[in-house]
Amino acid sequence: MWKRDDSVKPAAPAAPTPAAAPAGEQRAQLGRDMVSIGKSVVIKGELSGSEDLTIEGHVEGRIDLKDNVLTIGPNGKIKAEVFAKSVIVLGEVTGNLTASEKVDIRDNGSVDGDIGSPRVAIAEGAHFRGSVDMQRGSKPQPKPNPPQQGQPQQPHQQQQPQGQKVGA
Amino acid sequence: MAESTRLLTDLFGILGPRRVPDASPADSSVTNVVEASYPTKALQKFLAGLQASDGPLLLDLGPVVGGNVTFFAEQLGCRLRVEDIAKDIDGHVKDGIVDQLPEFFSNRFPQDPGTVDGILCWDVLDYLDRPAAQALATSLSSLLRPDGCLLGFFSTADSREAVYTKYVIVDDSTLKYRTYPAVRARQRSLLNGDIIRLFKDLRVTDSFLMKSKVRETLFRKPAPRR
Repeated sequence: MWKRDDSVKPAAPAAPTPAAAPAGEQRAQLGRDMVSIGKSVVIKGELSGSEDLTIEGHVEGRIDLKDNVLTIGPNGKIKAEVFAKSVIVLGEVTGNLTASEKVDIRDNGSVDGDIGSPRVAIAEGAHFRGSVDMQRGSKPQPKPNPPQQGQPQQPHQQQQPQGQKVGA
Repeated sequence: MAESTRLLTDLFGILGPRRVPDASPADSSVTNVVEASYPTKALQKFLAGLQASDGPLLLDLGPVVGGNVTFFAEQLGCRLRVEDIAKDIDGHVKDGIVDQLPEFFSNRFPQDPGTVDGILCWDVLDYLDRPAAQALATSLSSLLRPDGCLLGFFSTADSREAVYTKYVIVDDSTLKYRTYPAVRARQRSLLNGDIIRLFKDLRVTDSFLMKSKVRETLFRKPAPRR
């Protein structure tokens, strides 16, 4: 009897294993700080907040999540000026993206607009048309590290071209 | 020695693509290769040409390549603008309006004339008919600021395979050629004279015929005479 009762007790008091801890925290984080806009939702206007947001529906206008992560899901379609801490694009975006940390366009993600962010990652298979300006972030960025061995040199480290005129 | 090699290289170019000596077996089937790495000589000179500007504005006419964006924007501090010309070509071919490409390219770019520091033209001109290629080349020449540079690749191998090539920068002396399907094959191999005529407002500063059967040509817009 006692044994049976013990066996159904939640395992919460026990110290979580290292592998389980992040997943548990992630679930808690998801439940607390993440909001999702579903496939069938259409929003026109200004969207702002202080929680991470996932958009699977349509949004037109302006999105302002300066301290949070915006994820445009595979079904999401955005026609908006976007300001966020980080932007992850799996769906379609038409409009400019400004992020203080990172813009990440994943495989099959599509962006038609200008990106201003200190870090930009564009996956193979992603579509992008526009400009990238990594100097234009809302937070000051440290100078990039010098290239590691095997990586390209910066232009100022190179010599002037010594080429010769060819042809006419 | 380098001088004589360059002269020979140019001579082969003038005589036409069929006179190009055969490359090694590994290089001979470049269009069948999905992905392969090749050395580049012009890229380093192109990068050196950008150093005169602070936060240079760079126009990339190829499809977006994440690694290249990181390389130019994050490591070199360029402002990069991606304008995928291959998509324009495919769109016009699919819609059956290829003859409208010259007019399209005349008004294609929103930038003001003389505002772009560098242009990565890659090999897009190989896929265009002469009038469209001329219209694009004229537009690009106009966009470049004085002393700005343009990097163009021109295939010297005749191929009817309908593939485009993504040029992925491995480092400043190595490119990865990655092919992907195109709606249209290369139209022709441009000879040296054709290339010079296309960019008559620019000056050829370097030209390299690579073993990948690609001619890498670096152009610079002359500064106005005072």
